[in-house]
Amino acid sequence: MMPYVWAFIVGGGICVFGQICFDVFKLTPAHTMSLLVVLGAFLDAVGLYDPLVDFAGAGATVPITSFGNSLVHGALTELQQDGWIGVITGIFSITSAGISSAIVFSFLAALVVRPKG
Amino acid sequence: MAVKSAGSGSKGYKPVSMSAKEYKAFAQTKEPSRSVWTNCLRAFLVGGLICAIGQGIQKFFMAAFDMTSKQAGNPTVAVLILLAVILTSMGVYDKIAQCAGAGSAVPVTGFANSMSSAAIEHRSEGLVLGVGANMFKLAGSVIVYGVVAAFIVGVVYWLFGIGAWHDTTG
Repeated sequence: MMPYVWAFIVGGGICVFGQICFDVFKLTPAHTMSLLVVLGAFLDAVGLYDPLVDFAGAGATVPITSFGNSLVHGALTELQQDGWIGVITGIFSITSAGISSAIVFSFLAALVVRPKG
Repeated sequence: MAVKSAGSGSKGYKPVSMSAKEYKAFAQTKEPSRSVWTNCLRAFLVGGLICAIGQGIQKFFMAAFDMTSKQAGNPTVAVLILLAVILTSMGVYDKIAQCAGAGSAVPVTGFANSMSSAAIEHRSEGLVLGVGANMFKLAGSVIVYGVVAAFIVGVVYWLFGIGAWHDTTG
């Protein structure tokens, strides 16, 4: 049961950070999301995001910060394997599942669904 | 002559027009004041719930397909995205978003929602110029800044070969 509790608390906490960016700092959603992604990338660069994933599970992998984390992970993994070219070739290697599925499902939805309101 | 009268005409309206700064201050007084605390609580509850659902899906993949928690991460995200697109198609996700604010925007489901709602909304402009061109209208900034940040991190690691290499396998 505890993994669910920690996922709830950590994931909710990241969302509260986003809400504070909305309400207190008056950032637009696009600015807030960009900030969170860069923050996730930075945390992974200094080696702090992996411990967070081990601790909070989906609480760390579901928020958009995990997207920045995966981009850095892909770049660094292929940098290690293939040398400098890996920085370019590896960036999307892990995030492909998220981006590809979002593109495909959104496209199919646009074919089928009529806009509301 | 005509130019002069147009000039004096616009002069007559001058008190109504405001500078951008004045307008911002004016708009702020008219904004509905929603409590930051209430918003944060809603964001916490909805965001936490989405992550707990993600944890459940991840557990399912780990149990059903004998995956490690890291292997289960990608299919979990894909399932959450599928759910978000379905909810967006039914018009439910936008109702949740009105109440939850960042709680539904920050999880990866919000990313999928921004893409699918843009795709559906611009369908009438055509499959290529509407759906294709507008899908990343909101999500694009996330990808651009994420990729640029990851590139900078990669270059820094490549140049300096920072010693404390953390485990990037899986």
